[in-house]
Amino acid sequence: MDNGQGIMDNGQWTTDKRLDLASIRARLKATQGPLYWRSLEEVAETEDFQEFLHREFPQQAAAWLDPVSRRQFLRLMGASLALAGLNACVRPPDEKIVPYVRPPEEIVPGKPLFFATAMSLGGFATGLLVESHMGRPTKIEGNPDHPASLGATDVFAQASVLTLYDPDRSETVTYRGDIRPWEVFLAEFRKVLAEQRKTQGARLRILTETVTSPTLAHQLRSLLAAFPSAKWHQYEPVGRDNVRAGAKLAFGEYVETQYRFDKAEVVLALGSDFLTRGPGSLRYIRDFITKRRMQIGEGKMNRLYVVECTPSNTGAVADHRLPLRAGEIEGFARAVAVALGVEIGSLANQPITLPVIPTQWIDPLVRDLQQHRGTSLILVGPEQPPLVHALAHAMNHALGNVGNTVVYTDPVEANPVDQMTSLRELVRDMDQGLVDVLVILGGNPVYTAPADLQFGERLAKVGFSVHLSLYEDETSALCHWHIPEAHYLESWSDTRAYDGTITIIQPLIAPLYGGKTAHEVLAAFTDKPEQTGYDIVRGYWKSQRPSGDFEQFWRIVLNAGFIPDTALPPKSVSLKPDWVQRAVEIQKPGGPGTGSPSLEIVFQPDPCIWDGRFTNNGWLQELPKPLTKLTWDNAALISPATAERLGLSNEDVVKLIYRGRVIRAPVWIMPGHADNSVTVHLGYGRTRAGRVGTGQGFNAYALRTSDEPWFGSGLEIQKTDQKYPLACTQMHHSMEGRNLVRSASLEQYRENPNFVHEGESEAGPYPSLYPEYEYKGYAWGMVIDLSACIGCNACVIACQSENNIPIVGKDQVMKSREMHWLRIDRYYAGGLDNPETYYQPVLCMQCEKAPCEVVCPVAATAHSAEGLNDMVYNRCVGTRYCSNNCPYKVRRFNFLQYSDWNTPSLKLLRNPDVTVRSRGVMEKCTYCVQRINAARIEAEKEGRQIRDGEILTACQAVCPADAIVFGNINDPNSRVSKLKAEPRNYGLLAELNTKPRTTYLAVIRNSNPEMTENNRG
Amino acid sequence: MKSELPHEMGKTKEIGSVRQPGLPPVIEPGHTFESITDKISSIVLTRKTPWGWFVGFGITFLLTLMLLYTIGYLLVVGVGIWGVNIPVGWGFDILNFVWWIGIGHAGTLISAILLLLRQKWRTSINRFAEAMTLFAVACAGLYPALHTGRPWFDYWLLPYPNTMGLWPQFRSPLVWDVFAISTYGTVSLLFWFVGLIPDLATLRDRSQSRLGRIIYGILAMGWRGSAKHWHRYETAYLLLAGLATPLVVSVHTVVSFDFAVGIVPGWHATIFPPYFVAGAIYSGFAMVMTLAIPIRAVYKLEDFITMRHLENMAKIMLVTGLIVAYGYMMEAFMAWYSVNPYERYMILNRMQGPYAPLYWALILCNVLIPQVLWFKRVRTNVPALFVIALVVNVGMWLERFVIVVVSLHRDFLPSSWDMYIPTLFDWSTFVGTIGLFLALLFLFIRFLPMISIFEMRTILPQAEVRELVDYIED
Repeated sequence: MDNGQGIMDNGQWTTDKRLDLASIRARLKATQGPLYWRSLEEVAETEDFQEFLHREFPQQAAAWLDPVSRRQFLRLMGASLALAGLNACVRPPDEKIVPYVRPPEEIVPGKPLFFATAMSLGGFATGLLVESHMGRPTKIEGNPDHPASLGATDVFAQASVLTLYDPDRSETVTYRGDIRPWEVFLAEFRKVLAEQRKTQGARLRILTETVTSPTLAHQLRSLLAAFPSAKWHQYEPVGRDNVRAGAKLAFGEYVETQYRFDKAEVVLALGSDFLTRGPGSLRYIRDFITKRRMQIGEGKMNRLYVVECTPSNTGAVADHRLPLRAGEIEGFARAVAVALGVEIGSLANQPITLPVIPTQWIDPLVRDLQQHRGTSLILVGPEQPPLVHALAHAMNHALGNVGNTVVYTDPVEANPVDQMTSLRELVRDMDQGLVDVLVILGGNPVYTAPADLQFGERLAKVGFSVHLSLYEDETSALCHWHIPEAHYLESWSDTRAYDGTITIIQPLIAPLYGGKTAHEVLAAFTDKPEQTGYDIVRGYWKSQRPSGDFEQFWRIVLNAGFIPDTALPPKSVSLKPDWVQRAVEIQKPGGPGTGSPSLEIVFQPDPCIWDGRFTNNGWLQELPKPLTKLTWDNAALISPATAERLGLSNEDVVKLIYRGRVIRAPVWIMPGHADNSVTVHLGYGRTRAGRVGTGQGFNAYALRTSDEPWFGSGLEIQKTDQKYPLACTQMHHSMEGRNLVRSASLEQYRENPNFVHEGESEAGPYPSLYPEYEYKGYAWGMVIDLSACIGCNACVIACQSENNIPIVGKDQVMKSREMHWLRIDRYYAGGLDNPETYYQPVLCMQCEKAPCEVVCPVAATAHSAEGLNDMVYNRCVGTRYCSNNCPYKVRRFNFLQYSDWNTPSLKLLRNPDVTVRSRGVMEKCTYCVQRINAARIEAEKEGRQIRDGEILTACQAVCPADAIVFGNINDPNSRVSKLKAEPRNYGLLAELNTKPRTTYLAVIRNSNPEMTENNRG
Repeated sequence: MKSELPHEMGKTKEIGSVRQPGLPPVIEPGHTFESITDKISSIVLTRKTPWGWFVGFGITFLLTLMLLYTIGYLLVVGVGIWGVNIPVGWGFDILNFVWWIGIGHAGTLISAILLLLRQKWRTSINRFAEAMTLFAVACAGLYPALHTGRPWFDYWLLPYPNTMGLWPQFRSPLVWDVFAISTYGTVSLLFWFVGLIPDLATLRDRSQSRLGRIIYGILAMGWRGSAKHWHRYETAYLLLAGLATPLVVSVHTVVSFDFAVGIVPGWHATIFPPYFVAGAIYSGFAMVMTLAIPIRAVYKLEDFITMRHLENMAKIMLVTGLIVAYGYMMEAFMAWYSVNPYERYMILNRMQGPYAPLYWALILCNVLIPQVLWFKRVRTNVPALFVIALVVNVGMWLERFVIVVVSLHRDFLPSSWDMYIPTLFDWSTFVGTIGLFLALLFLFIRFLPMISIFEMRTILPQAEVRELVDYIED
């Protein structure tokens, strides 16, 4: 207000209309919770304030009238007004967390700290070390000491840090969409609880996901003790009901099955993608791959047979893979069991309805298994019915694998139940009006519950429903109360790993939006409703350790991230003699594996966004799915033969009609898929996911039923004349006869270990116009073992997270402008129906004679003294000549402004050591030069050389298969130098004389000599 | 003073050769100095501007505005508005750049090389061929300047002293391009302008309007037509012609290095420099023909641009077309002969891949159809020549598309292969530059003598006599 008019206005304010201070006081007093105000006029909501508002901020004035956007407006304007900043003055909580390596008092600006915590998915924990820059978690690493991680993580953990800062997360407690303070909720809730207490909670229900957390389990048990008639239900959309039921069928009790791949020589996976799904998969990758490749030099390898319907990462690395419809796997399992001589009674007589009984498959397989008694392993995927699990248990028993490659323990879950039955009961009660209060802790059942349960409609019959979740999602919209959930990086909690190891979740940051954990919501049931998560979790563990120095114990535990020696001990169980009898009884009418001629539908969790909980995560949405290389969408996957039979091609929209329900989905032809079967992935078609995920793909849950949640036959496909464009990052699947991924069978390798160099026209060194570089110090190089890579994509997301790589959106991916510095190429070889699959991670090769460097007109990409092709972003003018001249096409260009420079929460996400690129600039892999430089500084401070293994690139650190090795190739003793000396080592397109610094170790597959004529089925 | 005569005896002998029986004349009979000057200068000064000019200029000016809008949007949003991607980092931008530069070549060739070779027939077409060169270079220059991700830093490609102590990276053909194109542009402009000066003086002297007199006067730079002027003029013009001659070869050679230095299959070939130069002249003459034929008809200039001109140009097109065809043949042969799987795939992909129709259209336009020029009946048939010229223009554009896009879209790793689909903005940029080119050309034919007046006078039979009389009278 710099003109006379304004002053006059001010004068009028003070004279004409007086502030009623008394009413302001009353107003402030009446407000609960923190209400920040900037001026007395504001509090009084006087006309003058309103007028001032209209004059100064005309665009936002309308927002003032709308209570929801008013808050938004105030927050936006907060910084520019006089008393701004109060919002930010939230006191840090008085809770002690302990860094993993360096104590907090050593905080040095610019130096990250690492804290141990854990992320759990489906209840099972992966131990993590989270990099924190000045209090902001920026990068997830695996906890090398944690049994389920060993330093590795999966894509979900890598991408979870983006979810933490997701601007679409829900930020406030709401009641039917209106904002309420937490205290108001507590008051209301306790009123309702008081009512319930009269009936001992007979009409109170709690719905959780799978619970392994000891503290949460304890809280729930105390709750059930306080409300004896209340019920606790669990539901996990990608659940393990079949696994539990299979164990119960075989052993009469719930047991957890763990595998010892380090001892397994021959593995048969029946519909099991054990390398990327399920508890312990990271650990299993490490064990399996280590066993697989460590003895290649000696000519020894383990052997993997996979029988599956939907091609998976596990099937892709198998030595022999047989595509069968999901419903036919049971017949296959019985055939193998019979051939192995396992006593299965009347089951043996049931017809095996395989299209062609693949005897040429079963006989050598059975011989192979029998020759490896005690070192073989048969495992079954969670989609397969209990009978197949029981058959596998019986076969493992018969083969003497139990105690060797298979170990049974007590269940890791706090309360193992058949979750589908549990959910069905809850829905029945809701439908009958028996539920007054429903508390949903996590999950999104309105979206994820099987369609036949009509969870959403029945939820409306509940009198008082509360939903705790990260997002205001489909379930929140139908619940009365929504409570924002604290992200795991904001939470205190505990959980268990696949082997039972108790793992502590400690927060890296105070809740950004005041989110609550399930512990804090459950505390509302107790006399101390305001208890914090810290007090609850710490209190629980204190009560568990009445003796000894708890403080010291707690420090050690937080430091390590888990409680050592809490893995569950092996348990000896024996097959119930009557298991076959009971198996026959529980079989569905019509018999198992009915080879009905109709199409089969298979439901699978999405490899990138899982059951839908990561739908709003842009990194995961844009992550090419391991085999289809699709992004941003799911599709109905069908085999080439079936597509031909039905006259379908890619991107054709079809109607999928299953049990009277219809959805429309685009078709994607998937080589290696079983014929007459259609796979749909869950997690898409969300209606309230957020700006990233809403509306992407189709909702496969709409066809899913509670009796056959994984697969069933009777699907009908109707072709429509529509097309739906899908964004695929790799359009071409053949190597075109080029020697890109070099492979051999173990036998061929034994005969000729130098096979990789066969067919190379000249050995080199080729002449070059330019002089050689001299490397006096370090010379960085990398080796990627293609025998180890399982295509899990963890490296892709790790790279994205470490290097601030933006996402570009579906339309840009369709224009082939995705930004991943590291991509995983997937090639097929052999026939369409069951091809061999090869993965090849491709990142910048850091060529010695780099074609990119020569053509850059401004020297924006230049050779460093250590052999890196440095990219100087602020020198780049963006001619794209370097990319054209890069034979590996690893350079990525900011065609538009892809980095989000505006969203405040995303600024916290960025790695401060890496430039955020602007539009018009080329970028590419740097071998994580920021990590190299950090190590160099440390080494120089200590006056020594950088040690081998001291620098882990982001992709290397995260790799569960340890397929990527980085180091100094000037040092002949470094691990990378030794690997480069292996006969399997070759350079991609080395014939171009680029002299790539990144080289590959060829794929060796251990095919069964008895099966090689009809290799891989 | 004899030696300072503007036109020497040798030239007059050549004029005599114009009248040789059997060859059509380079100027129709019946013209006098007066009539030539009148006819050409009247287009600019006195004749009523035909309505067609307004229509044509109006349309092309609108297209120029569309180009400006596109450029504005490009600067605000980024090169992502085009269809370029990874692997096809260059699309319409660079292919149109090469196309336009190629078109420019005919102008320089006609002006400089034919001047040095004393090909008198060039006289009537050199002026607007040079103008065409200039405008084509202007259009071409827009592309590399705008195709960068951050055009505001384009000056980093220039070797200028700076506090960072940074120079361009001289191994990059793009830096060579900067020198080649800027030299070419400068020399072309000077050559054109120097050639215009005597005619500008004529316009100054004949202009009825004060404004015309002032503007043409300034541009004429004090030309009085004295013998000294003529002497200096002739020397300067010859020198510039000498300078421009190597440029005809060097510019497109350097442009071809953009590709030949790269390792992309389909780019990395030693045949590129001669093949590109021939292609440039081919497309350049096609464009001269495309423009000359309608202008000649509209402004009734058949007397000056005669069948002889058209036929000669057709012959040059035939020769350069055959060189280009040899280039295509050698690309295919070398791909087979080298046993290089990438080269072999490249040529197969051109012939059978997703862009195969474009490749075969290119062969049709550049190799097959122009073969009819072997027949004199075709070479002297104006509508046929016009159609063939258009076909060659299209063919040469397709050739650049095949070289730039089709080579890039499938190179070494099949995993990265993808398609390039030009967007609306690709087209609006391209069509916009055509608009700019034609708009400039419309302005040129309206405000400047499109045929060199004084040079036309020298090829009249009378020129010899009058000059001798003048000399005697002196």
